[in-house]
Formats: sequence, structure tokens, C-alpha cells
Amino acid sequence: MATALPMAGTPANVNLAGLTKNDYRGNPTTLCQGCGHNSISNQIISAMYEMSILPENVLKFSGIGCSSKSPTYFMNRSFGFNSLHGRMPSIATGALFGDHTLKGIGVSGDGDTASIGMGQFKHVMRRNVNMVYIVENNGVYGLTKGQFSATAEKGLTLKKQGVNPYMPVDICMEALASNATFVARSFAGNPKQVKELLKAAMAHNGIAVLDIISPCVTFNNQENAYHSYAWGKDHEEPLHDITYIAPRSEIILEEEMKEGEVREVSMHDGSVIILKNLEKDYDPTNRFEAMRILQEAQANNWLATGLIYIEAGKPSLVETYNLTDTPLNRLSEADLRPAPAMIDKVNALMF
Amino acid sequence: MNKIVNDFSITVGTKNGSGSSTANNTILRAIFKMGIPVSGKNLFPSNIQGLPTWYTIRANKDGFVARREISEIVVAMNPDSFARDLASVPVGGAFYYADDIKQPITRADIAVYPMPVKELVKKDPNVPTDYRDLVGNMVYVGVLAQMIGIDLEKIEAALVFHFKGKQKPIDMNLNAVKAGAEWAKANLEKKDPYYLEPMNKTEGMIMADGNTAAAIGSIFGGVQFVAWYPITPASSLAEALNDYLPMLRKREDGKHTYAVVQAEDELAALGMSVGAGWSGLRSMTSTSGPGLSLMTEFAGLAYYAEVPVVVWDVQRIGPSTGLPTRTSQGDLTFAAFIGHGDSHSVILLPGDVYECFEFGWKAFDVAERIQTPVFVLSDLDMGMNQWMSKPFQYPDTPMDRGKILWDKDIEELKGNWGRYLDKDGDGIPYRTVPGNRHPMSAYFTRGTGHDEYAKYTEDSNAWLRNMDRLKKKHETARQYVPAPVLHITKGATIGIISFGSTEAAVLEAMHQLDRDHGIKADFLRVRAIPFTREVTEFVNKYDQVFTVEMNRDGQMNQLLTIEYPQIAAKFKSVAFGDGMPASAKWVREGILAQYVAPAKLNGRNGKAAVKVKSTATRGKVRKAAAKSTAKTVKKVASKSAKSRSSAKKTSATKKK
Repeated sequence: MATALPMAGTPANVNLAGLTKNDYRGNPTTLCQGCGHNSISNQIISAMYEMSILPENVLKFSGIGCSSKSPTYFMNRSFGFNSLHGRMPSIATGALFGDHTLKGIGVSGDGDTASIGMGQFKHVMRRNVNMVYIVENNGVYGLTKGQFSATAEKGLTLKKQGVNPYMPVDICMEALASNATFVARSFAGNPKQVKELLKAAMAHNGIAVLDIISPCVTFNNQENAYHSYAWGKDHEEPLHDITYIAPRSEIILEEEMKEGEVREVSMHDGSVIILKNLEKDYDPTNRFEAMRILQEAQANNWLATGLIYIEAGKPSLVETYNLTDTPLNRLSEADLRPAPAMIDKVNALMF
Repeated sequence: MNKIVNDFSITVGTKNGSGSSTANNTILRAIFKMGIPVSGKNLFPSNIQGLPTWYTIRANKDGFVARREISEIVVAMNPDSFARDLASVPVGGAFYYADDIKQPITRADIAVYPMPVKELVKKDPNVPTDYRDLVGNMVYVGVLAQMIGIDLEKIEAALVFHFKGKQKPIDMNLNAVKAGAEWAKANLEKKDPYYLEPMNKTEGMIMADGNTAAAIGSIFGGVQFVAWYPITPASSLAEALNDYLPMLRKREDGKHTYAVVQAEDELAALGMSVGAGWSGLRSMTSTSGPGLSLMTEFAGLAYYAEVPVVVWDVQRIGPSTGLPTRTSQGDLTFAAFIGHGDSHSVILLPGDVYECFEFGWKAFDVAERIQTPVFVLSDLDMGMNQWMSKPFQYPDTPMDRGKILWDKDIEELKGNWGRYLDKDGDGIPYRTVPGNRHPMSAYFTRGTGHDEYAKYTEDSNAWLRNMDRLKKKHETARQYVPAPVLHITKGATIGIISFGSTEAAVLEAMHQLDRDHGIKADFLRVRAIPFTREVTEFVNKYDQVFTVEMNRDGQMNQLLTIEYPQIAAKFKSVAFGDGMPASAKWVREGILAQYVAPAKLNGRNGKAAVKVKSTATRGKVRKAAAKSTAKTVKKVASKSAKSRSSAKKTSATKKK
């Protein structure tokens, strides 16, 4: 069914799935102009298109909030479920049992994840559900007009709210503490990195958390605010340059990528992530290092971005259930209803 | 002294966690195997160890097995409840107690039998010290067996079943039973009139609890996904799924056709179940009241997003601590309107263990046909206690997967379909599910604010159209839910309505009302909401309709008055919820307290209303041995519509 839908105009470029970029688009956004979330939606469209992923093989999920509206703005050909505030993980967990060949992509926000949804967030990590979990993190509640979220830094001052008295929640630390198998942080102002991390996350088997600082241009974009474009641009320090290489592509190290200065991470599906060292050699397969770098970033006020932690090779949730090769939702009555003789067996088991 | 045979109750008072349930179930099962209609009810505290707990068994030759308030035979194994247990024995009754409890016996009007429980167990060198208390319970089984006449052979059969044929524990326990019986034979003189004698009234029946039956029914319904969170009294339902799925759905390739996930809470339990239902799986969760509260938000979403999912609510009393281990029918109105904004639920109401099985598989058909959450309301008494039941019968209709479109269907429609389009005029739209690879199959699911093609909209007219369709869909549901069960009495002047586990108590109360007061009643046991037309016919037939239920506010009565406002005045609520299973006494007295004799109602002869007082003493009740429900003809109200149940009566009473 990998057919491109007839589109008006000149024939466009097609990817390996035979689809044009338009086949990955959604409805026009209704978020504010300049919102970081729009930039992320665009990177999702590009990443999926470039990876030649069939939209029909992806399920979109979200909770409630500005971020959670965004699945409407990409991949109209994918099934989507805009669920409840903070409850996207449970909907995704159940839905992905329907057909184990599908991959989930969930979009949440800092309120949706770190406040009302903290419980489900932690549990979707420890279950290693096969999905990309994007937190579009702006430190503020947008749809309800600018209240502090749980990721807002202590001391943040907002017009109607006053001064935030509480310490922030660090999404990546929470994910690590809950045994997430892929943890990354990025910045909507760095679209190239967002895209490469999205590709790596899609290639990861299991839960992949992307904590993307995504400024709210309406309520929290003051220069000194941690979740603003300006602060991000000044304080971002990527851990590495990341490049995703699709399966079966020949890896050619560019001139400037010399041995010893790059690190390769092999993915479950045969793809490879190339991490080019910047100032230091950072090993994202080391949990201690991951915790340390997050602590260090917090202590020194930098926005450490890149692939913070990856543990490849751990089975995802549905794999641990040893399900039939045929997707569960394609099974017929003959597969699901025990044979008539079994009723006698059952009755014999009763007293 | 005249013998009283197969018509009395036994209560055993023990300490929670002392292992008495094996002993009590053994007595229950042995009596059942003797062919005597019997019921057993565990009245236990919310506690792991130490608090008093009671188990009551009722044997009744006429098949009346509802709980009674009084037990003629009381066994006291717990010093903490000794005085209370002793005081509870009716005059002429029997009191057995473990003789290591040194408390005064203050009754001379009953038969008293001390039992050297500890001494007898100590004598058996094969019982390890730490097993003595557990095995000690078997001593009272043995003493009772000797004194009232329980076949040792049936006791052995019960033990073999309980210990799944493992010889060592069977022997250890059976030896204690025998020791108790032999000691009683040599040392006790029978001074009370209560005896058991074999009958043939349980032949062909099985004994099971409702949660196990629900789990097995769900498996025969093809359940594929279960997410749950532990809560008494619903946990054993999910645990039974874990027990029986591997056996009943075993495949040659060893692969699984199902998944059971223990969720982090009830929010996630229903969330996962809704996700799976949306994905096209036969999906369910099980919970009790407090869990249902946490599920409310998802229940509302599933109603509006039109996701099929089955929610079992094994009802218990109220929130938090106190009486969470006691039975109730207190979640009915909550379940009926669960959600936010306008909503009304489809609810199935099993009345016994067999119907727990039957509605186990049927609930999926209804949920997928109507595309909505289906709530199945059982209760602790039905869910956790062992009930006699007719054997489970293989589903008599194929699975109804409802209106679902796959790749080729969308191709045939050339992609021209709308998720919320009422194509058939019955309010039920067509759906696609993830994994459908047709490029036109996908849609975006939201709670509110969508048009017929699942496009986001805040347009008022689209909203109103959707609300009207949902209402129409609920009307359509009436023809897909199980019809009520009707018990007709010749010359009946009043109607009784109940639901769930109260049937046995109502049937017995009807018998007593007829025998002692000349009041004849027809009885309709409602098995689903929305009400079917049989309910409408029934309520219109009588001047007085009594609604019997186990809660304070008369929740079924409330639903009836909402459904039939023009005749609301004739509904009389007989509601009582003290945590105990319904008894004939409170049903009878509740009806008598509000009953108005027909003369007044009709106003023909101007006489004052005759209020009938309850005059029957227990003695009378016993003597006037039930001619019983012989006059009562049970009918299943209708055989019409598609997936209607045609359940036949399953209680022993009916077998007559």
C-alpha cells in the first residue's frame, strides 16, 4: 500500500517507500508563530520522510496541552490518539499490543509529563514500550495561559505568576532513574540535531525519550529564562555531533571525522549512529557517565544536548510477551475462542 | 427430639489468616457432594492476620441458599470472638468450641461441645509444629462430620480437589479430620436436632466463584488484553485470567494470543485497556469501587471516543478502609453515569456464577458491537464466594466483532468512509484500527470536538449531531444486551425487581410472603442497562413495584424512576446495605414495611389500608417446609434479539 496519494502539481521527489514529503504532512498548525513545537513537527516530518518509514506503520499519541495538539500537524496518514492529560503512556502501552509491528511516537509536554503524568511517564520507561517519547519542554503551561510547570527553574519570574518557588524536575534524570533505554536532550533551536536524534530514536527498539527544550514564545521566552531561545543559544553545549546512518548504507567517514574522534553506536535494525566528539569523548552507553553529565550540566548552567544514554539490545515490552507473529488484532475467532471440548475440561476443573 | 435434616446454617468463627478457609471450603464442598443445596459465605476483615473472621454455610433441602441472619450451629475457634459467637446461638442450637479457649459457658439452652483441637493435633507426629494451627482447623471438620453426618469420603474428595491431588497435605489434613471424628464418636453425645443426609439435588452441578467464572468466560470470549491493578475483591479475577489463559489458549507454536499487564494504578489500567480496545483487541480490566473512581476520566473518554472495552466492577462497600471486604451493590448509579458531560453506560448485571461466565464472553460482543465501554457489575459475594452453578456452556453465538473495516473494505469503499458517520441509521459508526495499511484508513481519535470524518472541529452543530447520534446508539444498545429473567407467580399482585446476587434471597422472600401473608409476587431480575422492553412491560403491570438492592439509596430504584417518570410513584425501594449478602428476612420485611394491600390502592370499599406485619417466627418458617417456588415459573423474558441471553435458571431452587 506504499502508494503516494495523488497530489496536485508537479511530481515531487519520492523516498524509498515511494512517498513524497507531502505524504508525511499533517494539518496546518494552530500553535503560535515561532513556537518551538512547530519546528519539532517539521523535523518529525523530515526524519520520517528521509527514513522512508511508512506512515501506516506509525501510531501517534499525545496527552493534553499545546505539545499534545501537535500530532495533528504531522503524518495525517498515521493513526493518532489525542488522549487525556498525563495519560498518553497508558494509551500507547495498550495500543501497541494491537499490532507489534507498529512503532509509537508520542508527543507530550512538561506539564503533561512531569506533573500530572509523572507516574505514567516513569512506568512507560520501566516497561520499555516500543515508542519515541518526545517532551516538548518549555517550562510553562501554554493552553491555560502561562502557569509554571514542574520543569520551570526555581526563581523564574512570570508576569501573572510571580516567582517560582520550587526546584525543577529534570526529565532526563527521571528517565534514567526509571531505566529508560534511550535518553536524549535537544533544543528546538538546533533542528539538525533534533532530526538526527529523532531518527536514532525511531531506530531504537524500546522507549526513547527526547527531552527537547522548545521555547514558548508567548509566555516564557524572556532572555534569562532557561527555556527561551536566547538562553538556549547561549548555553547549549552539544555532547557530540550526531549523525544517523540508515541500515545498509555504506559508512563513509568524512575527512574531519578521524578515528578516535568518533564513536559508533549500532542499532537494533542495523542502522548506526555516528557521534563525533566535540570537546571531550562522551560515552552514552555508560549510565554513570550519563548521570554525571546531567549533574554537571545542572551545576554549571549549561544545556547539555545530544544522546545522553543508550542501552541497545534490551527487549521491548511486547517482545517480552512472546506474541504470535500475526498481529494480535488480526487474529480470528478460531485463534481466540478455545475449542468446544475445552469447556468440559474447564467444568471438570471446577469442584 | 425431632430431627431437623438438611435445613440449617453453620457459622465458624476463626482468626483471620489462621488457615480456616481450607477447612470451611472442605465442609462446603463435602455437603455439596452429598447432593444437598448449599452456600458458603466468607465474612472476612480487611486484614492479613489476627482479626476475627466468620464463615457461614447454609444447607437447605429446598434450595434456599441465601444467607440467613442466624446459624443453628456455631463453631468457635477464636477466643476474641468467643463470647459473641456463644451468644449468637439460637435456643436449641449447637455450640462447638476449641477447648483450649478457657472462657465461661453461659448458656444452658443450647448443646455445647468442647473439642480438644490442640491435643489431637499434637498427637499426630506427622504434623510439623508450624502446621499445627492450620491442621487444627481440620479437627472441627472431623467433629462436625461425626456429629451432623458429613460423609468422610466426600471430605476426602474435597481435600483431594483442594490440594490438587498432592498426597502429603491430603493425608495430613484427612488424618486430623478422622482424629476429630473418632474422638467425637467416642466422647460426645448428640444433644441437638441438626443432621445432614444425602440427597440428589446437586447432581450435574459445579461449584465455583464468580471471579473465576468471569475470567473463564472472558477467555471463551477471546480476551486478548487485560490491564489491572490489585484491589479486593477484584484481584482474583485477573489472577484467574493468569491461571487459565496459558491452558485454555495454548498453541502449538508456544506463542501467546493475549497479554496481561499489571498496571501502576487504575488510571493506567483502564488507559491501557482503552488503548488496546482502540487498537482492535478484545480488551478488559477488573476493579472495584475505588478503582472505578480512578477510571472515571478514561471511561468518559472511551464513551466519547467510542472505544470498546470491558470493565468488571466487583463491588464492595465504600471508599478507603473500614468495610472494603464486604459486599455491596453501591456502584450502580456511579457506573450508569460515569464520565463527564452527558454520558450513559451500557451495564451488564450477572446474577450468579454462571452468568459471570456467560457475561464474561458476551460483554466483548456488546462492547465491540456498540463501540463503547461495557461495565459488568458483580459483587464480592458473587465474585469471591463458592456458589453452586450449572456447568459452564460453550458460547451459543459466534463472536460479534462489530462494524470494523479492514484494508480491503476501505479499498472497496475507495477510501470514502467516515469514522463517526451514521451510515446504518442505528447510531453505530464504522471503525478502523491501527495496523490497517490502507492509506485512507487512518483517523485521529479525540474525545470531543470531531465531525463525522473525525476531523477536529469546535462547531456547535457538529457537536450536537454527534451527541444525538450517541444517544441513538444507546437506544440501539437495548436490543443487544441480555434480557431480564422473569419469575411468574399465578395470581401475583405485586412486582419485585432486583439485580445481581440478591436472587436467592428474593426467591425465598417471595415464598415466605406467599405462605405467611398471602402476598403473591412476580419477580424480574434485571440483567442490563439500558433497560429492555421487558422491563417496561413489567413495571407497567403492577400497582406496586418493589426494588430490592444492597445499598442505602435504592440506586436501581433511582434509575427506574428516571426511566419511567410517569409511574415513578409506584416504585418502592427496598434498599439495605450493611455489607452482608442479602437475606430473605430483610427482603421480606422491607417489602412488608411498604406493602399496601390492594383494597386501599383500588379504593373500592373504602377500608383503611391494611399494613401487613411480619409475624412469621423462625420456627414457623422452618416447619412450613417450602412448598416453595413450585408455583413459581421462571421465564427468560424474551428470546428475541440477536445476542440476547437465553439463560435458564441456575439456582438449585429452579431445579425442582
